Amino acid sequence: MTATRVLVATAIVLLSLQTSRTAEAPAGASSCTGCHSAQAGASEMHALDGMPAAEIADKMSAFKAGSRPATIMDRIAKGFSEDEIRAIATWYAAQKP
Amino acid sequence: MTRPNRRRFLAGGAAALLPAPAIAQRAAKVVVIGGGFGGATVARFLKRADAKLDVTLIVDSATFTACPFSNYVIIGLREMQAQQFGYDKLTAEGVTLAVSAARGLDAGKRTVALANDTTLAYDRLVLAPGIDIDWNALKGYDADAAEIMPHAWKAGAQTLLLRRQLDAMEDGGKVVISSPATPVRCPTQIYERASLIAYYLKTRKPKSKLIILDAKDTFSQQRNFQNGWKELYPDHLEWVSLSQGGGVSAVNAATKTFVTDFDNFSADVANPIPPQKAGAIAQSAGVADRTGWCPVEPISFESQLVPSIHVIGDAAMTGAMPKAAFAANAQGKVCAAAIAALLRGAKPAEPRLINTCYSLVAPDYGISFAEVFKPANGMLVDVEGAAGSSATNAPAEVRAREARYAEGWFKAITAEVFG
Repeated sequence: MTATRVLVATAIVLLSLQTSRTAEAPAGASSCTGCHSAQAGASEMHALDGMPAAEIADKMSAFKAGSRPATIMDRIAKGFSEDEIRAIATWYAAQKP
Repeated sequence: MTRPNRRRFLAGGAAALLPAPAIAQRAAKVVVIGGGFGGATVARFLKRADAKLDVTLIVDSATFTACPFSNYVIIGLREMQAQQFGYDKLTAEGVTLAVSAARGLDAGKRTVALANDTTLAYDRLVLAPGIDIDWNALKGYDADAAEIMPHAWKAGAQTLLLRRQLDAMEDGGKVVISSPATPVRCPTQIYERASLIAYYLKTRKPKSKLIILDAKDTFSQQRNFQNGWKELYPDHLEWVSLSQGGGVSAVNAATKTFVTDFDNFSADVANPIPPQKAGAIAQSAGVADRTGWCPVEPISFESQLVPSIHVIGDAAMTGAMPKAAFAANAQGKVCAAAIAALLRGAKPAEPRLINTCYSLVAPDYGISFAEVFKPANGMLVDVEGAAGSSATNAPAEVRAREARYAEGWFKAITAEVFG
């Protein structure tokens, strides 16, 4: 990661920490809750709110690479770049569960 | 940093330099017509995006009846109550609910007239009317014929009528489904319905049979469906493609007969799924084109034909995105964010949208199709490499898991929209 990207990533984290549910989600993030709903209660498709950013990003990257067993997430993850995955992960991590 | 983020930043910065829009003087008014997965989502997420917005949701009925999983109602595996949702949680979040038909609108004055004689002004209007049956498209098929040959493609009384007919059918009977050319609401769920009715016949009335007469030669998830049919329903389900003579040109309700170019197919239970078009209000608003559907631009879902009117869900023609509940919900959230941005004088961010369609070949046999979309050339296109079906060689354990996920999806999406 270049110095600029580190700086920018840090900026995103700092901004995200100040955001609430009402802050605009990064591209793609709003679709996830169609399945990963915080309101649906216990589910195999668990809610993403408040999950550590690194965990979301690592899982998504592994789905994308095909190295994590999946039914559907391997297909969906391929639609996002690593930068987009990181932005989505950071945003969800900042949402209150 | 992602490019959309940078763009949003710049857009926000530029907007700060612009003079405040006139509507900033009062709460901006957004009217949403249609309370399904698209309309209820956009109304709820508009309030979440900006609590000051004045959001009115116009619905035909205080109870919404969902289509996904209504195929389970048809075969008696689910009761209609499990498909029905109210709007209490939306009103608790500040959405104003109006239970009335929208009679018409004046795009110049930006007003909507309701059947209850009230007129609502709007700064932005969202139409999410879903589909109407195109009663002129299938010869012999009108509202009276639908009482004998139910389409059951709008969940409610039609769903229950088809269930009663299936329930009353003698063992040894014949069920015929006709499938139209696309675009229509959830084309994949035609094959789910056929599968689940075949499951019902196999388990409850094993001497019976189902035939699909299709106006298409190919369809989404075809290999997965056909593999499942071969495995589960070799004696109970027959698919007649267009090139095999499956194209239905007319129906005769008096005899429950489907007419094709080569043959007549009579049925004990007849389920024609007719061609469709965007709901009536979209037609009268002038946002539908000659196809009967509504072309929209792919970032804000604003109509390409009438400014300040947005169209989402099944009524919209977006490019690659199918007409499905997941898609309508995803569009509702993106449209809400875009409208909130536009009303504060900012440029909406470039979105990504996901669609996932689960289908049940049997109650323990689920398959799925997933896609990711991005705006390009004035429409939504597939992000390359992301679209795909469940593996055609998936083991039974994966099919069972996808069936559970299908139910989990319904629980999640209805909780997000109505819960």
